Amino acid sequence: MGLHSAMPDLHTLTAHAAHELLVTKAISARELLDAVYARIDAVDERVHSYVLLMREQADAVSARVDAKIAAGESIGPLEGIPLALKDILCTQGIPTTCCSRVLEGFVPPYDATVVRRLDDAGVVTVGKTNMDEFAMGSSTENSAFGPSRNPWDLARVPGGSSGGSASAIGADEALIALGTDTGGSIRQPAAYCGVVGMKPTYGRVSRYGLIAFASSLDQIGPITKDVRDAALLMNAIGGPDPCDSTCYPEPAPDFTEKLGRDITGMKIGVPREFFSQEGVQVDPGVAEAVHAALRVLEAQGAIVEECSLPNVRFSLPIYYIIAPAEASSNLARYDGVEFGYRAPGTRDIVSMMTDTRDAGFGMEVKRRIMLGTYALSSGYYDAYYLKASQVRTLIRQDFERAFAQYDVLVTPTAPTVAFPLGAKVDDPMQMYLNDICTIPINMAGVPSISVPCGYDQGLPVGLQFITAHWDETTLLQAAYAYEQATGWSRRAIDEIERVTMAG
Amino acid sequence: MALTREEVEHVALLSRLEFGEGEIERFTEQLNSILEHFTALQEADTSQISATTHVVPMLNVLRDDEARPSCTPDEALQNAPERSDDFFKVPRVVE
Repeated sequence: MGLHSAMPDLHTLTAHAAHELLVTKAISARELLDAVYARIDAVDERVHSYVLLMREQADAVSARVDAKIAAGESIGPLEGIPLALKDILCTQGIPTTCCSRVLEGFVPPYDATVVRRLDDAGVVTVGKTNMDEFAMGSSTENSAFGPSRNPWDLARVPGGSSGGSASAIGADEALIALGTDTGGSIRQPAAYCGVVGMKPTYGRVSRYGLIAFASSLDQIGPITKDVRDAALLMNAIGGPDPCDSTCYPEPAPDFTEKLGRDITGMKIGVPREFFSQEGVQVDPGVAEAVHAALRVLEAQGAIVEECSLPNVRFSLPIYYIIAPAEASSNLARYDGVEFGYRAPGTRDIVSMMTDTRDAGFGMEVKRRIMLGTYALSSGYYDAYYLKASQVRTLIRQDFERAFAQYDVLVTPTAPTVAFPLGAKVDDPMQMYLNDICTIPINMAGVPSISVPCGYDQGLPVGLQFITAHWDETTLLQAAYAYEQATGWSRRAIDEIERVTMAG
Repeated sequence: MALTREEVEHVALLSRLEFGEGEIERFTEQLNSILEHFTALQEADTSQISATTHVVPMLNVLRDDEARPSCTPDEALQNAPERSDDFFKVPRVVE
């Protein structure tokens, strides 16, 4: 690389490594951004992480950061760092589609709170990433723009729904990214793409300007190359917001506070239901990688014990009642009246709405609206929605009991590694079963993080850490200790290079 | 409780969705296969359990009722598929 012969390829850097190079003036924000766009030009035709690039805005922000550095001003830890933004977060003046035809032409009149906070932190948003339509899916195959690809194997899915954000980080098309997680949509794609993904406690991050799927479950969080970057991104986006009444009013902690602290004596529970349940068995290769990870944690002084969360086995059915019920209500607003797509040539209002929704929504979205409308309809409400909400209490109580005894729970993030494109599109239940390890966490609202823990069949496996409500600092401490002991996050860059650059 | 084709058509109407002939059949089948998995819930004893609709016990957040800037009519209408003056325009509702 000419003058910087000892310099790594800039697009492969973590945010904290890039920050060091920016403050020592070894690189400029301009060079960093150019490297990221060059990378996107080289690989995104194959990976398809992005649905929209924001080159003009990004150039302007990085120029401001370089001017600050040149003037001798200090910069924040994420200032000038290129970020990929899931296209479910509202950006003022920039189209926001949720990867749905029904939002065609929609340009938000305001920024999501997290977008505003990223701007305040000087983060450079590179573009908006692909996702399953309205975040409903586990593979990005439900996107109106076509699927993203897994950078480890282009014939496989990157996971979902935040698949584009995870593939962007996996393929080094941004340094950091934001995703959203309703039933695993940050952690499962992070696991599949060999990167770090964190879902904060429900209420830790404002949902203002996040296009709603299931309001009692949705949460925004980071997708990054390592645990430190996840903590730094949490510092930028977390904390109270008067625009979201479900946002926790207490100030957020410094999420980097416990990084590097010893985990000697930390009590880790390993709930057996996350390895084997009726109808689902975690793949042997995945279970092996997780058990090896537990031995690493033990070797660092943690006390590891098997435990049980018996009601977790109800998570999947209640998720597929509660989330569609909330979605059927949230998605009632897409009727062709106030924004987005309207079907042309209709004479009366009912057919206008029906035609708009028929043409605007994809199959999975329709399936969930149907399921949710049915679960809430007269005569079935008690049997489905009320029953599910009561069972949700049992699951929450299981987690409360576990955290009275353990500091952290550790499980696989997903029962398998990334599956081939098309393998599950025709069987919704098989697709849903893939979320069996992540859904219980959203049901309880507790925070969790997925970090890479090795490979099965040559594809990355995710290790999931879970802690009690509001205890993200312990979550990050445990994940960081594991990551530093193993170095999986310093990924096989050569392998990614081979796959994504191949014509 | 298996869903009938008529029920699926009724739910579609409530949802303002429409399905073609083959689609209704396929949907009825898929929804029934999903509902089958829900029967497991009957094993959970919830007779003494209250519902969780929200995981974090918080009350409404209220602010003082003070006037402050908001969207202009033009901003609010900028995404309207059709507008007429300061209104969203839709097909005639009342004859």
